[in-house]
Amino acid sequence: MEVLNEFLKTKGIYSLVMILFFLGVYGMVLSKNYMKKLMAMNVMQVAVIYFYLCFAQKDGAMIPIQNGITTDPNAYINPLPHGLMLTAIVVSLGTTGVAIALLMRIKEIYGSVEEVEVLRRASK
Amino acid sequence: MTQHAPIFIVLLPLTASLLCMLFSRIKRDLGAWIVMASIVGAFLSACTVLHRVITSGGQTWHYWMGGWQPPIGIEFALDPLNSVLAVLVTFISMMVALYSRPFVKEEDWLHVGGYYTLFGLLTVGLCGMIITGDVFNLYVYLEIMSLSGYGLIALGGKKSMLAAFRYLLIGTIGASLYLLGVGYLYALTGTLNMADLAQRVVPHLNSPLFAIAVACFIIGFGIKMALFPLHGWQPDAYTFAHPGAAAFIAGCMSKAPAYAMIRFMYYIFKVDSPVMHSALNVLGILGVAGILIGSIMAMAQYDFRRMLAYSSVAQIGYIAIGMAMGNMYGFIGAVLHIINHAFMKCSLFLVIGGIEHRFGEVNLYRLGGMNKKMTISTITVTLAALSMIGLPPTAGFFSKWYLMLGAYTGQQYFYIAVLVISSLLNAIYFFRIIEQMFVQREASLTEVHPHKGKLGLPFAMALPIFVMGIGILVLGFYSVDIVMDIIKLGLPEVFLR
Amino acid sequence: MTIIDCRPFLAVGVSFIAAVLIAFSRRWPNLRETWSVIASVLKFGIILSMLPAVLDGNVYQWTLCQITDTVGLTLRTDPAGMIFAVLASMLWVPMNFYSIGYMRCNQEREQTGYFAAFAVCMSAVMGIAMASNLLTFFIFYELLTLASYPLVLHKRNQEALMASRKYLIYTLISGQFFLAGLIAVYCISGTMDFTAGGFLTLGMAPKWVLQAVFVLMILAGSVKAAVMPLHGWLPAAMIAPTPVSALLHAVAVVKTGVFAVLRIIGFVFGPKLLAEIGVTDVLAWAAAISILVSSLIALRQDHLKRRLAFSTIGQLSYIVLGAALISPISIKGAYLHLVAHAVMKITLFMCAGLIIARTHRNNISELYGIGKKLPVTMACFTIASLGIAGVPFLVGFISKWNLCLGALQAGKPLYVLLWVASGLLAAAYLIPVSQMAFFVKDPQEKFRSYGEISYAMLIPICITTLIAIVLGCFPDVYPHFYKLATMASNAVCAGWHGGWL
Repeated sequence: MEVLNEFLKTKGIYSLVMILFFLGVYGMVLSKNYMKKLMAMNVMQVAVIYFYLCFAQKDGAMIPIQNGITTDPNAYINPLPHGLMLTAIVVSLGTTGVAIALLMRIKEIYGSVEEVEVLRRASK
Repeated sequence: MTQHAPIFIVLLPLTASLLCMLFSRIKRDLGAWIVMASIVGAFLSACTVLHRVITSGGQTWHYWMGGWQPPIGIEFALDPLNSVLAVLVTFISMMVALYSRPFVKEEDWLHVGGYYTLFGLLTVGLCGMIITGDVFNLYVYLEIMSLSGYGLIALGGKKSMLAAFRYLLIGTIGASLYLLGVGYLYALTGTLNMADLAQRVVPHLNSPLFAIAVACFIIGFGIKMALFPLHGWQPDAYTFAHPGAAAFIAGCMSKAPAYAMIRFMYYIFKVDSPVMHSALNVLGILGVAGILIGSIMAMAQYDFRRMLAYSSVAQIGYIAIGMAMGNMYGFIGAVLHIINHAFMKCSLFLVIGGIEHRFGEVNLYRLGGMNKKMTISTITVTLAALSMIGLPPTAGFFSKWYLMLGAYTGQQYFYIAVLVISSLLNAIYFFRIIEQMFVQREASLTEVHPHKGKLGLPFAMALPIFVMGIGILVLGFYSVDIVMDIIKLGLPEVFLR
Repeated sequence: MTIIDCRPFLAVGVSFIAAVLIAFSRRWPNLRETWSVIASVLKFGIILSMLPAVLDGNVYQWTLCQITDTVGLTLRTDPAGMIFAVLASMLWVPMNFYSIGYMRCNQEREQTGYFAAFAVCMSAVMGIAMASNLLTFFIFYELLTLASYPLVLHKRNQEALMASRKYLIYTLISGQFFLAGLIAVYCISGTMDFTAGGFLTLGMAPKWVLQAVFVLMILAGSVKAAVMPLHGWLPAAMIAPTPVSALLHAVAVVKTGVFAVLRIIGFVFGPKLLAEIGVTDVLAWAAAISILVSSLIALRQDHLKRRLAFSTIGQLSYIVLGAALISPISIKGAYLHLVAHAVMKITLFMCAGLIIARTHRNNISELYGIGKKLPVTMACFTIASLGIAGVPFLVGFISKWNLCLGALQAGKPLYVLLWVASGLLAAAYLIPVSQMAFFVKDPQEKFRSYGEISYAMLIPICITTLIAIVLGCFPDVYPHFYKLATMASNAVCAGWHGGWL
């Protein structure tokens, strides 16, 4: 029980994040619908974003906005990963945008976004 | 002015690309010319940077963005390895930008503007990836390169939408894995700057976190550079890409991730820890598998572009085994092969794009009699084929020479056998092309865009083909200068100890 | 004494430039043939101008550029190289006129490509002859493969396609093995320069490594030299036009193969090392079997050029056998036979070409009675056949004599019997052609001949026959092949006595 507590306290969140990542990859690989693959891709990207946020946390620290009480850096969580992840979110947005544009064209050309159907019509 | 040359490599095409649509709305071709001019400017800046780095004896030029000092600020770190690849990418971008003019002649302002915007952004992404000195900045440029690459591939017609979408899915997995790896490294060391990282990672070289980070990098970059077995996206993507941009995509888009892998493996991680030994072994095995399977699959294709895509898988395998050897000659061979292969593959795709533009034909069994109709293209294909096989005095022979030397000095004789077999397999399918072009009867091809002049193709297409063909020979003759004056100046520390 | 002079590169470069000029002179046939002739005469002149100094023991050397970070593209005219260079450039001059006559008589297509590729081939041959290190040698070797490919492919029909594929398969595979062996030599010894007497020693690597490297490198030379069982490409390549067969498959390509063998044996490994590791015995057996089997197969061939091809295979194995016996006189004989066979075989092929061009008959059984129509041609054919068989007062005898003496010096007298037998077999397969020509009557009284008497084809045949006779009577006449061969074998075997005598 102690071991489990210890594990959940220090590494639990990372394990969950990794499970989320691989859920995303699983969804991308095994979905039969391209839209669902895209959604799984988003899940995977969110998992990576969340991973960064997880290790930015410090025990008992607050969000990095000056509160007038202390300027000790140990009282605030690390803001750099948050900044990096803002960039990553924008990248994810751009990728999703391109992907949806491509999906719209695929639907126009092939009439469907089901993988089996599209591949059948593409190889004809 | 020249002290800001590094930023111009990225800034000029970026500004031009963002404004390109606006200019195209005003006058259709204006946007295209602005982007091409900016790429020429980027090329000149890259040459300035290369010149300065070489004349200073190979010292790294650190360019701090906005004056913020690393390791807090983002910097561009230009050493000889970077600079020569930046010159290479901007040069090929210039050539292919000129080459794609006839392809977009009949489109409306939206398509011309859009095409050149994506093209400029691809250049920005590639150059940025090559010259940056910050690992997260590399991710940003990686994604810029990827997204514009997806767009350019999707512009190629009906079948290319599917190819681009599938590439998008796989490519995003690669980029996310890279981001994950960067996250691990940041959590371990607390810094994102490459030079700083190289120092701070030393105490952690044996930890399992480091091993996972290395694995993430190998898979992430492997997906982007089409290392076997992560190459599944490449045949479709290269086959259906927009023919005007296919040369740039095929020539350079797999090289920047290969360069990034070299940067990580040799300069940041220092190859003498046990984790790195295993990583290099894995790279070697994947490289060998890629060479053999890529060559064998290429022999079975009848679509020229698909054959070239599988051939790319094999050639990236060369770079991978060069990295895997872990000694100086292997490193030199890998870097030289990056340069040589960019020229070779680019010239081959330029030629097949030209044939597709004029005749609408991509089946390599119907290319009979090309030597009379399109002489310059035939000469370029012959030179590129000889270079791919690795016959002197073309460029491909020299990278093969250094790779073999590296294999022997590292006592990995298996690589020599693999290189020999690969040359012979390449000879089979490239001589088939040469035979088709010179010997077979002229296939009755209908001209899609007929061309009456002597060159066989519009000037905008013939000039880049000619320059690339001559470039293969020039690279062959000057390979010793490239090795002695550039690559040897930029060797990673681990070889100089 | 080493003289730094750019003439070796001028000799190589003059026909490169000619090739480019020929490629641009597509529309003016006389102009392009003039370029070819000028190039051949200039090349011969440059080589001859270097000859006196080489005979005195000097060496011309010139480095064009660095190829890799440690090796340069260097040409060096040592006696062994000069033999080959003088021979090839001397034979190209009459060959040019013969080619012009042949092409015009047959009205062949694609003549521009033919002459340009021929010029590049001769550049490559000069480069091979004068290469001073293994990498330069390899570069020109592969260039020769590439430049002779379009010549084999000249007719552009299905048979030529198959033949050229076979040619490429054999030569490219062997070229890659040579490259692997070359890398091994470089990494073992740290140098690639040809040194008389060899630069590899027993202490540099384990014995099996040296043996394996020798096998890899000799394979490359043996394929081009058509030692059995690697000879498959040569009879197939007879589909090429006869000037190609004559110069390339009698002089240029195959002689570069034996030259490679001689360089590897004499200048990379050296007789002393080879006697210690013992691989040359296997090479000698392969060459001996090759001589016998090819002569026997030649007896059965009806197609004239194929019979000559198998004869070439046998004669080349004379040279390989001479080199493999590693005694001073046999190596001298090998170099002499390089010259002798080239002169005689080129005569035979040129005669064959003229016969085929004038009578359109490829098979020997159809050649009855042509002695009346083509008397000079058949006379030269007979003289050259006697030379191949080893009759005295022709050049073939001098080299055979030295080879047999060398076999005795090496302590292997059985090979003398082999050479005598092979001479008899050569007579057996070549004399019947002359017999058919002169002594058998043509059943059809009317004899159709095509084209007119072409002096452009006839005079070169007479010239080379004359060379064969003159060299047979006075072996050391200008350009002093005998002296060059003696100098070469002395350099190689310095300090090595040869085994028995």
